[in-house]
Amino acid sequence: MWKNLCEKMFGRSLWVYHANSGGCNGCDIEVLNVLTPYYDVERFGIKLVGSPRHADVMLCQGPAMRSTGQALKRAYEAMPAPKLVFAIGSCACGGGVWFDSYSVLGPVEKVVPVNYYIPGCPPRPEAIIYGVAVALGLVDKKVAPVEFKQVEFPIPIYHPGDLRRENGMVVYEKVERV
Amino acid sequence: MSVLSKLEETLICLKAGRVTLAYPAQAEATPENFRGRPIFDATKCVGCAGCANNCPAREILVFDLCQEIRILQYLGRRCTYCGRCADVCPEKAITMSREFENATNRIADMGQKLDLFMSTCQRCGRCFKGAAALDELKMKGYRSDDIAHERWVYGAHSFMESEPAADDIQIELD
Repeated sequence: MWKNLCEKMFGRSLWVYHANSGGCNGCDIEVLNVLTPYYDVERFGIKLVGSPRHADVMLCQGPAMRSTGQALKRAYEAMPAPKLVFAIGSCACGGGVWFDSYSVLGPVEKVVPVNYYIPGCPPRPEAIIYGVAVALGLVDKKVAPVEFKQVEFPIPIYHPGDLRRENGMVVYEKVERV
Repeated sequence: MSVLSKLEETLICLKAGRVTLAYPAQAEATPENFRGRPIFDATKCVGCAGCANNCPAREILVFDLCQEIRILQYLGRRCTYCGRCADVCPEKAITMSREFENATNRIADMGQKLDLFMSTCQRCGRCFKGAAALDELKMKGYRSDDIAHERWVYGAHSFMESEPAADDIQIELD
């Protein structure tokens, strides 16, 4: 019974390791803000640890860079087996505005597999807590892809495959009426 | 004396109350000028691709499926929420919403894709297309971002949804 109680109470307490691989420190400040008494993620059992060997979750900030990619990979390899990676901020999710810079390899998912994404530049502390709550299963995710499709084509479609060159002119062989 | 001071400290501690925000249960309102996820309104959009030309993160891709259908795709993954697309939009089709609870386990959830109907010029029905690929780049408002060949746009696997992302780049560990 004691064991069950312990499992229930401590089962989802994540120990997080905070890895910045070349960000601007904006997301770091927000992550540290989450640990302050106002937002207080320790009520979820989340604790900041200093070593990846003690951690369950790695919070990645900043893109994977040429200079820090190897260190990030090593920190990921050093974490014990059931591990999660959170990408916090636009840089970690997609490379940020410097995604095509020479020193930036890209998002952190190029180097380590990412489980949860928290976009924002930087994300609000509430957004980070929301991401953690999504990971813990407390809340459901809200975003869904939006797609707006045209169903009716009022005028014929020209397929490039149906174009034929003839005497210096382009001829449409097939006209499809919808 | 010391016992009294301890009691006084206890009283002060009890009087302090709680400051912690019970966040997922009870939310605090976002500030008035907070910029969250941009929302694209397909009914207002005219497909001028001004947002794509002004996006600092090159986040909005525009490509022409055929002569009449232009596809405008917002990837949502490296958006810095600068609001420049909303500023530049002539029809105010893009609004910066105040939603920030965007955490997800699939980054493709952030994407928005609009198929826009572009009417053609009634004179000949054909638009000018440059002779070479370089001519297309010089045309104003036209971006040849081909999603099917996204590898050419970015030169890496991890930007494509179909390809596995991790270990895209070989890093040797000692």
